[in-house]
Amino acid sequence: MKLALGPVLYYWTQEKLQKFYEGIAAAPVDIVYLGETVCSRRHIMRLSDWLEVAKMLAAAGKEVVLSTLTLIESESDLKTLRRIAENSNFAVEANDMGAVHRLAGRMPFIAGPYLNIYNPQTLHLVASLGARRWVMPVEMSHEALQPLQQSRPAGVETEVFSYGRLPLAFSSRCFTARFHNLPKDDCRFLCIDDPNGKTMRTREGKPFLVINGTQTQSALVYNLIGDLDSLRKAGVDVVRISPQSEHTAEIIRLFRDRLEQRISPENATQQMESMMPEAACNGYWHGRPGMEQMFLASAMQHE
Amino acid sequence: MPPEYKLELVCPAGSLPALKVAVDCGADSVYIGFRDDTNARNFTGLNFDAANARAGVAYAHAKSAKVFLALNTYPQAHGWERWEKAIDQAADIGMDAIILADPGLMQYAMKTHPQLHLHLSVQGSATNYEAINFYHEHFGIRRAVLPRVLSFAQVEELAAGTPVELELFGFGGLCVMAEGRCSLSSYVTGESPNNCGVCSPPKAVRWQKTAKGLESRLNGVLIDRYADDENAGYPTLCKGRFEVEGETYYTMEEPTSLNTLELLPELLRIKVRGLKIEGRQRSPAYVGQVTRIWREAIDQCMKNPQGFSVKPAWTAELGKISEGQQHTLGAYHRPWK
Repeated sequence: MKLALGPVLYYWTQEKLQKFYEGIAAAPVDIVYLGETVCSRRHIMRLSDWLEVAKMLAAAGKEVVLSTLTLIESESDLKTLRRIAENSNFAVEANDMGAVHRLAGRMPFIAGPYLNIYNPQTLHLVASLGARRWVMPVEMSHEALQPLQQSRPAGVETEVFSYGRLPLAFSSRCFTARFHNLPKDDCRFLCIDDPNGKTMRTREGKPFLVINGTQTQSALVYNLIGDLDSLRKAGVDVVRISPQSEHTAEIIRLFRDRLEQRISPENATQQMESMMPEAACNGYWHGRPGMEQMFLASAMQHE
Repeated sequence: MPPEYKLELVCPAGSLPALKVAVDCGADSVYIGFRDDTNARNFTGLNFDAANARAGVAYAHAKSAKVFLALNTYPQAHGWERWEKAIDQAADIGMDAIILADPGLMQYAMKTHPQLHLHLSVQGSATNYEAINFYHEHFGIRRAVLPRVLSFAQVEELAAGTPVELELFGFGGLCVMAEGRCSLSSYVTGESPNNCGVCSPPKAVRWQKTAKGLESRLNGVLIDRYADDENAGYPTLCKGRFEVEGETYYTMEEPTSLNTLELLPELLRIKVRGLKIEGRQRSPAYVGQVTRIWREAIDQCMKNPQGFSVKPAWTAELGKISEGQQHTLGAYHRPWK
């Protein structure tokens, strides 16, 4: 299985991003997805800046993919989309059917996790339009994945979101601006102060969700490092790690060690603990509510 | 000659009595769902079997109204045949359109029943004309229902870029998240609108009186807690109160309803085709009240858009029956964002 690094979902400063991707260039990851997928108001990185990062990573031997915005609402969003779709150097991950429309028949693309591919018929359809890889919706279980794997069109790779706070919902409302009592149009880009998002707790103090601008994530960290054997058995080709503010390169190394059987699932799980911003969950993969954590023993029984 | 433009009032019905009331009160179209997870209001005791659906279509057609069938969840492989069968039934019954979100299903419908009109469901999450034109080019959709995330200016921009008719939500429950792009419910309960046709399902809800107040929980997660003088609302998880950095508030959205009466002249100006009322889960009495008010409002606005004003009595009556008894223009009004 290959390791992929998903797009950075948070708003980081240019210096932080620069340093982050320099570290990633040296990390044992095969594929890197780049670009702003959450909010079109975030403007620190222009497409030209992303292309510079892309070139640096490609020179380091990474497969680089440019990811499109998920919620495309305005003509200016579409303009950015067209520029990404028409770039001639890098593959594109389509996160909206509008992006698929621009890419279909033009060049092979990656069907992102927000396209809602839930069944073999839809997978065949996007493959016929040029998808060479697809990312499973985060809420899908290994059991639901099985029939898609069995009838998968030749040459199409399957990628699974396997580590990170789960991107659960998108809105046009900015919840960070709402927290600060600011309108979105005058948000002052305050999400830059939350490099791992802002935690939302229940009224009894339990971490529940995370506010990341217009995106809502799980507070718990989805972590399938203990389930990688089960991913392999399911015929998954690519394991996606979602960037977080600290320790991402170390997490990539642990996943790599686990993939190459250099450490046990128990050992890997234990080492991950100190590097996660919150406790782990893995329920979705096991057909349970996403927030649940199935422990290793039960995960093994499940197989 | 193109047919004369008319804004259609599209009303919800979760039962045959509700459908009849909607038609009698002036709905141009009624949308319904079958009694299973093929639609996004998969609630116990709600919706239509084939016989009721057939009776509903006959009733509506006799009074020149149309019936649309919502098949707007995303089938997974193990249940695929149920969705195909539902499409076959819709064609057999003579539905005026089916409302779909899943591209695989659209392809099936187009190939198997080319005469069947296809509408793109709000669950399809098409928020731009490139996405809508994708469905138009590949499956010949006639109409798209827009997610409740666009400002009015964005709707206008979108309308100019597509030949597909647009249907907008005008009144009822308000999703703060882009429909079809929200897995909050499955994160907590295992079931979401996409995979099961439910959000915050009743079977996961628990109410508990405690010393601190009345608590509502969803699969154990505390969604809200109410003091004695507060009205408790259904624990839809995006409408709970949570704490962020020491502040407890409605972090995502207040329990409030969408109401776009005041936008009617603008909707007519850009020739929106359908004005959709949310609420297949509501009673026939509710459907009747809302349909009557919107029928009157649309008729007055069609007659004289420049002179149109919202009657206080309409707002008052709608306010009484709304969730949270508050109204908002939602995303249509940019400051909401």
